[in-house]
Amino acid sequence: MAETMQFDLVSPERNLMSAAVTAVQIPGTEGDLTAMPNHAPMITTLRPGILKVETETGTQEFVVTGGFAEIGQSVSVLAEKAVPHGDMDQATYDALVEEAVMAYKAAKEAAPENEPGPVDEAAKLLQDMVAVGTHIGLDPKAANLNY
Amino acid sequence: MPSLKDLKNRISSVKSTRKITKAMQMVAAAKLRRAQDAAEMSRPYTERFNALLGALAASVGGSATAPKLLSGTGKDDVQLLVVMTAERGLCGGFNSSIVKKARTHIETLKAAGKTVKILTVGKKGREQLKRDYGDLFVGHVDLSDVKKIGYADAQNIAKDILVRFDAEEFDVATIFYSKFQSVISQVPMAQQVIPAQFDAPEGDAGGSTLYEYEPGEEAILADLLPRGVATQIFSALLENAASEQGARMSAMDNATRNAGDMIDRLTIEYNRSRQAVITNELIEIISGAEAL
Repeated sequence: MAETMQFDLVSPERNLMSAAVTAVQIPGTEGDLTAMPNHAPMITTLRPGILKVETETGTQEFVVTGGFAEIGQSVSVLAEKAVPHGDMDQATYDALVEEAVMAYKAAKEAAPENEPGPVDEAAKLLQDMVAVGTHIGLDPKAANLNY
Repeated sequence: MPSLKDLKNRISSVKSTRKITKAMQMVAAAKLRRAQDAAEMSRPYTERFNALLGALAASVGGSATAPKLLSGTGKDDVQLLVVMTAERGLCGGFNSSIVKKARTHIETLKAAGKTVKILTVGKKGREQLKRDYGDLFVGHVDLSDVKKIGYADAQNIAKDILVRFDAEEFDVATIFYSKFQSVISQVPMAQQVIPAQFDAPEGDAGGSTLYEYEPGEEAILADLLPRGVATQIFSALLENAASEQGARMSAMDNATRNAGDMIDRLTIEYNRSRQAVITNELIEIISGAEAL
């Protein structure tokens, strides 16, 4: 029997999952990471991506849009928005992409020419969102980067 | 003295009022349960979030480069009050008690020579504050189309506030809402959201785990603080929604009971005057017979 740890996935609107797990794959801002029992304590922010939870009975996937994760004795992921992979449909995804596109546009308009910081961030967010769509087999048709 | 017909009409009108208030009470009770559930659902997130943010803020807070959202602008001259009330009336003293709390706060601030700006959430509070403080309004958030408060609504309000903060429109932001204690008791609260305030972390630093941060501590804090504002607003909105339904429920319960009392009184009056009319007629008949 593999070692397990407590895992909680909460979003502001509901508690999505609370179980003993063997590993969690977290889409961190600076790269994906997998937390297993006895991982060094760590706090990281999330980028849009797939959160993969491995329990002894199987694997569950969630689409998260951002938030942060706390890894210690247990792992807590506080996601801004989290949707179980199975519940993700084109309409929900389109809305998320739309939001990212709007944020990108707004950042582009607001930012001065020589300060690409916020624009790049928004662009990265959008690209991450598109990558999520590709991964789960949804068409990011709204996400046209050529604005 | 009102005629029998008038009394009858009044009784039937009070009866239909009672039906309406009874229905409203039941609707409020159902909505209250849902609002309470929603508040319950958000609690784990809020608690963890605040614990984490508190710990982070405590470790970074002292440094000079701490984000403005945490350390403030160094002034408190311009105060933004976010007054959150309901979109509908008929809920007892719910709206008035929040507005009253805000009013006292405004007067204190004004007496201290501060500039006050008001952002209203919910129609009722705006109406009540308009006469005295209409010129202080800087914005209004309309939630009348929102059936179920989502995190997105809170995010929008937070965004509105943060944009104003970035534009240096104010130094301190305080939200006013009503905390749900029970169906019969809702406590109006004032809570400062910018600069962020945290309860002192319990225990000394030795007990807490040393975390690695990715990206750096300050980058995370800068990312979390705006979310913290949204989270606080979200939980305030949920508390408010539960309080509103609770207040409406007890107000409508009272109204239903009052209507019942009134019907009883009117019925007695109706019966009395009916008897009086009958007695009168009898007297007329008898005296008519005697005269023959």
